[in-house]
Amino acid sequence: MFDLEVLVTTERERSRKRGGLALGDPAASSGLRFKNRRPEVPASGDNKVKICHCFIRKLLCCSVRLNPDATFLSGGGSFKKGKSKEAEIKRINKELANIRSKFKGDKALDGYSKKKYVCKLLFIFLLGHDIDFGHMEAVNLLSSNKYTEKQIGYLFISVLVNSNSDLIRLINNGIKNDLASRNPTFMNLALHCIANVGSREMAEAFASEIPRVLVAGDTMDSVKQSAALCLLRLNRTSPDLVPMGEWTTRVVHLLNDQHLGVVTAATSLITTLAQKNPDDFKTSVSLAVARLSRIVTSASIDLQDYTYYFVAAPWLSVKLLRLLQCYPPPEDAALRSRLTECLETILNKAQEPPKSKKVQHSNAKNAVLFEAIALIIHHDSEPTLLVRACNQLGQFLQHRETNLRYLALESMCTLASSEFSHEAVKTHMETVINALKTERDVSVRQRAVDLLYAMCDRSNAKQIVAEMLSYLETADYSIREEIVLKVAILAEKYAVDYTWYVDTILNLIRIAGDYVSEEVWYRVIQIVINRDDVQGYAAKTVFEALQAPACHENLVKVGGYILGEFGNLIAGDSRSSPLVQFNLLHSKFHLCSVPTRALLLSAYIKFINLFPEVKATIQDVLRSDSQLRNADVELQQRAVEYLRLSCIASTDILATVLEEMPPFPERESSILAKLKKKKGPGKLPDMDDSRRSVNGSTDSTHSFTDVLNLNPAPSSGANLLIDVFSESSAPAAATDVSEENFPRFVCKNNGVIYENQLLQIGLKSEYRQNLGRMYVFYGNKTSTQFLSFSSSVSSSDLNVHSKAVDPVIEGGAQMQQILNIECVSDFSDAPVLNIQFRYGGALQNIAVKLPVMLNKFFQPTEMMSQDFFQRWKQLGAPQQEVQKIFKAKHPMDTEVAKAKILGFGVALLDGVDPNPANFVGAGVVHTKTTQVGCLLRLEPNMQAQTPNGNAAPPATDPSFPFGAGLPGSHLGICSRCRGEQGDGFVGLKGTWPKSHELKVAFDLASFLPPDGRVCERLLLRT
Amino acid sequence: MMRFMLLFSRQGKLRLQKWFTSMSEREKKKIIRDMTTMVLARQPRSCNFMQWKDLKIVYKRYASLYFCLGVESQENELLALEIIHRYVELLDKYFGNVCELDIIFNFEKAYFILDEFLMGGEIQETSKQIVNRSIEASDMLQEDDISEWYEVELFG
Repeated sequence: MFDLEVLVTTERERSRKRGGLALGDPAASSGLRFKNRRPEVPASGDNKVKICHCFIRKLLCCSVRLNPDATFLSGGGSFKKGKSKEAEIKRINKELANIRSKFKGDKALDGYSKKKYVCKLLFIFLLGHDIDFGHMEAVNLLSSNKYTEKQIGYLFISVLVNSNSDLIRLINNGIKNDLASRNPTFMNLALHCIANVGSREMAEAFASEIPRVLVAGDTMDSVKQSAALCLLRLNRTSPDLVPMGEWTTRVVHLLNDQHLGVVTAATSLITTLAQKNPDDFKTSVSLAVARLSRIVTSASIDLQDYTYYFVAAPWLSVKLLRLLQCYPPPEDAALRSRLTECLETILNKAQEPPKSKKVQHSNAKNAVLFEAIALIIHHDSEPTLLVRACNQLGQFLQHRETNLRYLALESMCTLASSEFSHEAVKTHMETVINALKTERDVSVRQRAVDLLYAMCDRSNAKQIVAEMLSYLETADYSIREEIVLKVAILAEKYAVDYTWYVDTILNLIRIAGDYVSEEVWYRVIQIVINRDDVQGYAAKTVFEALQAPACHENLVKVGGYILGEFGNLIAGDSRSSPLVQFNLLHSKFHLCSVPTRALLLSAYIKFINLFPEVKATIQDVLRSDSQLRNADVELQQRAVEYLRLSCIASTDILATVLEEMPPFPERESSILAKLKKKKGPGKLPDMDDSRRSVNGSTDSTHSFTDVLNLNPAPSSGANLLIDVFSESSAPAAATDVSEENFPRFVCKNNGVIYENQLLQIGLKSEYRQNLGRMYVFYGNKTSTQFLSFSSSVSSSDLNVHSKAVDPVIEGGAQMQQILNIECVSDFSDAPVLNIQFRYGGALQNIAVKLPVMLNKFFQPTEMMSQDFFQRWKQLGAPQQEVQKIFKAKHPMDTEVAKAKILGFGVALLDGVDPNPANFVGAGVVHTKTTQVGCLLRLEPNMQAQTPNGNAAPPATDPSFPFGAGLPGSHLGICSRCRGEQGDGFVGLKGTWPKSHELKVAFDLASFLPPDGRVCERLLLRT
Repeated sequence: MMRFMLLFSRQGKLRLQKWFTSMSEREKKKIIRDMTTMVLARQPRSCNFMQWKDLKIVYKRYASLYFCLGVESQENELLALEIIHRYVELLDKYFGNVCELDIIFNFEKAYFILDEFLMGGEIQETSKQIVNRSIEASDMLQEDDISEWYEVELFG
């Protein structure tokens, strides 16, 4: 159906003068208006070509019947719909029959008729009707040498031929002729057609031809632009077919082209290619910086028509900034400072008063600004720029333009992940919370939720969770489930006391029970079972919550499970005596679905074990017809079995069978997995483990496992694990073994080990003695499938058994693979994970070094002070110790160092060393063949504040109490090193026959990173 | 890159569709359906951006017509908005006070202008003058052969 204005104007077009009314649209009122106006009548003398207008007008007329009294502005109300749809279909079918007969007719059609009919077919298709003929005629048209016919032919093919048509060969022939014609207009049509269709056959036919057109000296500018973008399209669809190599340099040099249109198109092409092969296009960085610098410093009139509403070449600037985001900050100092100048200029310009009141001016200016901020965040190396960016975004948070508020919230999410700006982002918390409450637009509120989630850490978790909970009560239904997941994750991650956690989750169920997925309530039960300090509180709280007259079924599930396990903890109080508990649960029974009833039946049998006094009551319930003869097989079976069990089993057997649930094994939070799945793997930058490790305050995955308290480490310590070493750098080339994230895993077990444009690989691992299990998560970041996916692990020293994986990963999906690892004896080489898959026809090979080091097989050992000294002194032989002096990259924080040492795997021994500033640790490395004890000592040297200061030799250092027991040579090394380097020292000793495993200690030493001011000393003895 | 551009009326009637990646007809129909329902349901004065699956949706209303652009997640939303605006400017320059009917009656022209402006999901030429000049040039080419068939259209 056609809209009414259309018809009115159609009918009135003869009587009205040109230049009709503008419908006042507030959104469009700035700048240009798109007017509701009569169209031009195709009258003789009009020089613009009109094809099939009569037909279109007839179609419009059958859609709606006109009410002659209606005025233009009163809109549609006074019109009656005619037999619109049927009339339209009837008219179209008639026309299709007509065209078909013309095409099949004996008389050869002339070019014009052919064009007219093809155009009509196109129009009918665009109305949403199927067209299954006319392709041949279209191909004839595009082979014509009349421009208009050619143009319509190409348009039809672009719109209507999908990429696997048989006609492609014929079309290719036409394109080939046009490309060879040297007529720029024809060449452009041909290139557009290739880019529009973009099929593999076309790539095969033209992939080698187009680069030649692109770099040929005599090619017209407009053809160059088309060729660049055409090549880009082919590279995206069939990267394997587009030859790289000899023309790379010449393409990069297009960045110097005189014509800004050519530069813009070339930048798009280079950016896409550089994302795939950054090394090949490295030279583009300096050219891009130079070009950008010329644009930002140019007066706005210099660039003539490339100035858009007083902003100099905004599209090109943004594209250049995007290209630079494919690379780390330039190493060359001059280039780097030039780039920093550019970025500063852009930030400064944002503060200048606007040169125009038009929204286009501010949009274009801010577009460049946001892209510059994206680059600053990507580089993550200039704290001043980061903080300026953050302040700028802070201003936008309260801007009157909704668009800017939206974008500011979005950009801040990524800014929150930088350690330099995380704190600065947190200062805007109140504004963001306010946005959550007052924004009228749901998509802006959603961004506010995302940002709150990203800026959350231990210091503000309680407030943020409370705000999100209160927002949840009024939140839009579309985003409730996501908020529930986020609240659940934050509550768990930052739970300092678990009573708060339990309260939060129960509140969540109360407020938005329908949106609480299984994962969330499973998780609360796992946590309650694994933490005995919270069990009594949980039982009390669910008991109270269940007393509400209407409670959500999810609450009944949690209540049933928890009371069944821990009801005894509150049974002492007469208000929650066993019978009261049972009656309370049973009062909900009849309102629940079958799975919940089944769960409640299990809770009842647990009650029989916990409280013998209610046995008779419960047996009566189980014996009733509604249970024993329940229509549902599962319920009936449970009732029968539980009843029999309670009758025949002795108390002892009952107690054994119905014992309290054992703690759940350590595992990834399924909630997090669910949120990732919901958002798509690439969509959660804020939740990446790497972000937490960078921002310097928490380690997300560690706290998940820690919540289960399976690690001996105290939760506050484990949460302080910080990988100060980690830095974000561009992904490595795919065929080399990727090691860049490897060092991050020395002290932690979970995180992202590899990431490129297509794939993200995350790891969760756990180790017990000489055995380890690693969960590998493959996230498909694209929207297309990965086919023939396979993976294998090669290892020279370890026994690694990997479970088979599904060969297909859907777009946006994540797949898990489990690796079982056995440490046979000491080893030095980490295993390598080899991955192969097909993406868009191209075979991808990725190899990643898996972070399995010897220290993963440490078991912490507690030891008394005296014991420790004695053993330490016994291990004095040269091959028994390794030591290293090193510079501290960052100020040494006690909590951080503790967390690192714990993450390293040894036990941290408190009160052993007389100097409280020192750290000592002990552990046993477990291998299948042997076990090796290991002692470790870390000495921060706070005196060595200046890089080249004459620090005292260790023997006289009061913080070094073991000096007397160490061999002289050792001391010599210490003092010499300190003399030479001035400020760093790490030591390690070892008894093992081979010395390579001592590398472990150096691994530890090298990631306790020095900053040139604080000196630390680490000793590891084995 | 851009994935698609759709033009539809306030009644949800599609006026122009441009796809920059190959997609099955079913996928296209689903996207068209989702976009029209989502965009038409937006309150006035909402922001012009939305998240839809892994894409950013940027839309703007000009009189009775909505322009809706689906771009990949790393694209700059504000500039996508200005791509829409530049396209409207180009249409306006060509048709002179452009209205929805111009796009219906001259849909092929709307496509040709779009092709001069965007290609393969990237912006090809940002200069208004240059695009206009090349559109005019192709009109000149058309004029050359008008005489042969124009009369037929009027009475046929």
